[in-house]
Amino acid sequence: MRIEEHPILSFKKGPKVRFTFDGKTYEGYEDEPIAAALHAAGVRTLGHSHKLGRPRGFYCAIGNCSSCLMVVNGEPNVRVCVEKLKDGMVVETQKGKGDLR
Amino acid sequence: MKKTEIVVVGGGPAGLSAAINAASLGAKVTVFDRNSQLGGQLVKQTHMFFGSQKQYASIRGVDIADILTNELMKYKDNIEIHTDSTVIGMYEDGMLTVEQDGKYMKIKPQSVIVTTGASEKFLTFPNNDLPGIYGAGAVQTLMNVYGVAPGDSVLMIGAGNIGLIVSYQLMQAGIKVKAIIDAAPKIGGYLVHASKIRRMGVPIMTSYTVKYAHGTEKLEKVTIWRLDEKWQPMPGTELDIEADVMCISVGLSPLAELLWQIGCDMKFVPELGGHVPVRNEELETSMKGIYVAGDVAGVEEASAAMVEGRLAGLCAAKNLGYTSDQFDALKADYLDQLNALRSGPVGEKIRKGLDQLVG
Repeated sequence: MRIEEHPILSFKKGPKVRFTFDGKTYEGYEDEPIAAALHAAGVRTLGHSHKLGRPRGFYCAIGNCSSCLMVVNGEPNVRVCVEKLKDGMVVETQKGKGDLR
Repeated sequence: MKKTEIVVVGGGPAGLSAAINAASLGAKVTVFDRNSQLGGQLVKQTHMFFGSQKQYASIRGVDIADILTNELMKYKDNIEIHTDSTVIGMYEDGMLTVEQDGKYMKIKPQSVIVTTGASEKFLTFPNNDLPGIYGAGAVQTLMNVYGVAPGDSVLMIGAGNIGLIVSYQLMQAGIKVKAIIDAAPKIGGYLVHASKIRRMGVPIMTSYTVKYAHGTEKLEKVTIWRLDEKWQPMPGTELDIEADVMCISVGLSPLAELLWQIGCDMKFVPELGGHVPVRNEELETSMKGIYVAGDVAGVEEASAAMVEGRLAGLCAAKNLGYTSDQFDALKADYLDQLNALRSGPVGEKIRKGLDQLVG
């Protein structure tokens, strides 16, 4: 959900871009964190715990806690709370610790 | 390998203030920040600051970030700024390593001011990892910087200043706050904030904590229960609160990894948020030439972080031979400002913590 009206703030947004998450197409704004675009689209589950695969959302939103690791453009363990969204990005759910290619 | 006189690690309120003072005295300063924008956590603080005029009272945090950045630019001949750059190591020979744009860089300064800030603490209860359970500062970033609502209805854990201010900002953004709970028997934040929130119809429930978070894919409901005067939960006092977001604001702990790595003497001081570096009055740690300022030196308000930054910048520059005839007066003024910020009942905890640190 986007905040459309705010008494104090106006939000500077980049141009609209498209990206995919697990094969489905989504829209967001360029250079906002991937997590913000996903959250605005109603996607709250980002990472998963290694052993039990429990769903995880973000926790710190500033790149500290590693709760939001996903695969972005084939690269695993990307902190999507600080990684900037670009047009055509391919975002995928990460299972386990991820493989380095 | 690059060389510089002073490296400032972190461009938040403390780091910017330190860089301004050091550069204004003539030192060559390089600032590294892992974010794309300078200002640290000021950029999400839409509330007006307290304190006195010297600490930017009545100005919103987000505007203070711009003021400090502009002031720094006055000394651009002495300043080099690297954003999107993370300092990842500090070594015994004085070398710092930095990750920048996927590349690895080395830099050797004569002095370092570490202003890396702090991160939000967590709370233990069943299902505390469900999506929807977020740090209060994280929610503040999401909604105030990126304009995205965290959800529909929020339960806030912690009635300190961050919990109170973020609750108010959630309501400004049109999001419902169900209640604020705090395990302590008293509200920790300023009463002026608490009264404002109560007038908007949000209950602040003291001596309550989380028993259980319900939900499978995301948070749906929270069971809270009362604590007795010995902080033990009282069975039979459970209450269910429907909420899809829980914000946790139970304090911060210093991000002191670099100080540990280089071998600074550290001390566990709960009043200051956890392990903090031992340092002298001029904010120099046990390692010569390594200074600290802001939350990494002990968790306080941003106002204190800015004064500490000024002090550390002044003293680090002096050590390299850059000083002015104003040095003694400026140093005394910064120490006075810090004492004023830490006076009164609100500063009691900080004073108690600092007494254990400064030798």
